[in-house]
Amino acid sequence: MVPSYVPLSYYLLLSGFLFACGVVGFLIKRNIISIFMSIELMLNGVNLSFVAFAAHWHALAGQVFVFFVMVVAAAEAAVGLAIIIAVYRTRETLNVDQVNLLKL
Amino acid sequence: MHLILFLAFGAVCVGGAINLLAQRHPINSALSLIAVMAALAGEYLLLGAEFVAAVQVIVYAGAIMVLFVFVIMLLNAGEEEHTMGSRVALLLGVPGMLTGSVLMAWVVLRHSGTESVPIGALPGHPTDIAQLLFHDFLLPFEVTSVLILIAIMGAVVLANTPEASAGKAD
Repeated sequence: MVPSYVPLSYYLLLSGFLFACGVVGFLIKRNIISIFMSIELMLNGVNLSFVAFAAHWHALAGQVFVFFVMVVAAAEAAVGLAIIIAVYRTRETLNVDQVNLLKL
Repeated sequence: MHLILFLAFGAVCVGGAINLLAQRHPINSALSLIAVMAALAGEYLLLGAEFVAAVQVIVYAGAIMVLFVFVIMLLNAGEEEHTMGSRVALLLGVPGMLTGSVLMAWVVLRHSGTESVPIGALPGHPTDIAQLLFHDFLLPFEVTSVLILIAIMGAVVLANTPEASAGKAD
């Protein structure tokens, strides 16, 4: 028989898997934009566990924290992409292995 | 029914995340990340968080990912090439992450039990969220507005060309 509810641990497993995929992408990707997207994937995994725990403990504060995470992610995306543009302008590359000097 | 929906959205999430890792071209990674975010919005709906689901689609899959796609097209990002460092990371990082994930899954399954998350028991109504956000979390809310302002100014300063600012100074 298929149960009609979803256990909390399933949500946590999915959230952990997304976070792990983000960490692996952060490690193996060499394009700086792909690395940045891996960070976004990690933030999304954390958001899922926030919402799952909010539903589990009947605490709406978990959903409010998701908004704060989104705000921080938006600010981080704006500043990070501006940094990527500045790096590309000076070095003409997006490969992080070739960006190994603080000052040209 | 809820379990089937959870598994369907979860399959899209897992497939999109793996596709993000497998694709070499950043634009393909960005599109699979959008799929992951849209499926996550479905998961939030299952958890009764309608407002969070709407914001996830509008802000995350909409605004932030559009920013990413714009930058990818602006910088004309091509396929990434594998280097020595990325091979080492692939050889060491993936087994390490697999070990960590299995350990985490074991802990979660062992200790959290299998209590159900009742569907719709927590109505994430915008009124309730606004009550919480503008009363209990008012100070963090104001601090994040300052953070956003600083981020806007930082992005403008960083993305500005040196020639343009030098021309303005003259």
